[in-house]
Amino acid sequence: MSRPDAALAEALAAGTPIPRDAEGPVFAEPWQAQAFALVVALQNRGVFSADEWAQALGGEIREALANGGCRDGSDYYERWCEALEHLLIEKGLASHDGVDARAAAWERAAEATPHGKPILLENDPLAQH
Amino acid sequence: MSGHDHHHHHDHEHDNHFTPIEARVKALESLMVEKGYVDPSALDAIIDTYETKIGPRNGARVVAKAWSDPAYAARLKADGTAAVAELGYGGRGGEHIVACFNTPEEHNLIVCTLCSCYPWPVLGLPPVWYKSPPYRSKAVIDPRGTLADFGVTLPEGQRIRVWDSTAETRFIVVPMRPAGTEGWSEDELASIVSRDSMIGVGLPSPEDRS
Repeated sequence: MSRPDAALAEALAAGTPIPRDAEGPVFAEPWQAQAFALVVALQNRGVFSADEWAQALGGEIREALANGGCRDGSDYYERWCEALEHLLIEKGLASHDGVDARAAAWERAAEATPHGKPILLENDPLAQH
Repeated sequence: MSGHDHHHHHDHEHDNHFTPIEARVKALESLMVEKGYVDPSALDAIIDTYETKIGPRNGARVVAKAWSDPAYAARLKADGTAAVAELGYGGRGGEHIVACFNTPEEHNLIVCTLCSCYPWPVLGLPPVWYKSPPYRSKAVIDPRGTLADFGVTLPEGQRIRVWDSTAETRFIVVPMRPAGTEGWSEDELASIVSRDSMIGVGLPSPEDRS
């Protein structure tokens, strides 16, 4: 099993304080809860295993760290989302372009939805009806 | 002031906005729903469970029962998953739970050096620091220093054993029952078992009773 490289681990252990929290909120923002639930649901459906998930998430965190990512772990759910996207692409269940296009459609749909109304994908002005 | 009011109203009309990451999560979710891999109502149920039903109070009940009932403690030691299931806890993240009992000779500390594997059914989701790179590194390299960061000093003769969680096996620390808790009910005992004490970075204290 691949583990964080030793030199980086030494540096982190020596020089970076461990961030602390009380028994605070589970999720800082709703999208984190959505992303979390999506991974649990996909594991429940057998789309990927717990071990595949841990490897994917661990790899994403390690790579971000090696490239100067947040050392306090505050970008954890960003890494979570990247790991999910990459794992689905690896499994042939999504494509990078497909996710890009769909995300852009959601952004347009949100902008086009009046305040107080639910944001629906069909509100995207470019949607094919 | 009508100009200000107008401007305020204008801002509100456009506050439906997704940040890039919000749009990305919605994209992944809607694609998986369309493919039939995910039921949107199941997602809501999962969120509700983790926000309100699963948390370190579950683990505290396990520890309190182990302190009160030697037969249960023996079962917990022999098969953590089954003993935890006796109290109705289990499922995702709890497929194989190992209970690590602290003793005067040995203190246990849990970490996941790979990512953030954690025994969800008994402790809920991990705290921010558990997922942080400094904790994940320091717990292994300098466990005594890590405990000091949390304000915990152990007797010199007590060894520290570090357990590295994986997707398959997740650990919960069973702290030693503190002196001064004789005759307490399981509820009273559970009230002093903190999340941190079940990760191994804290110790229960009779003064925390509620």
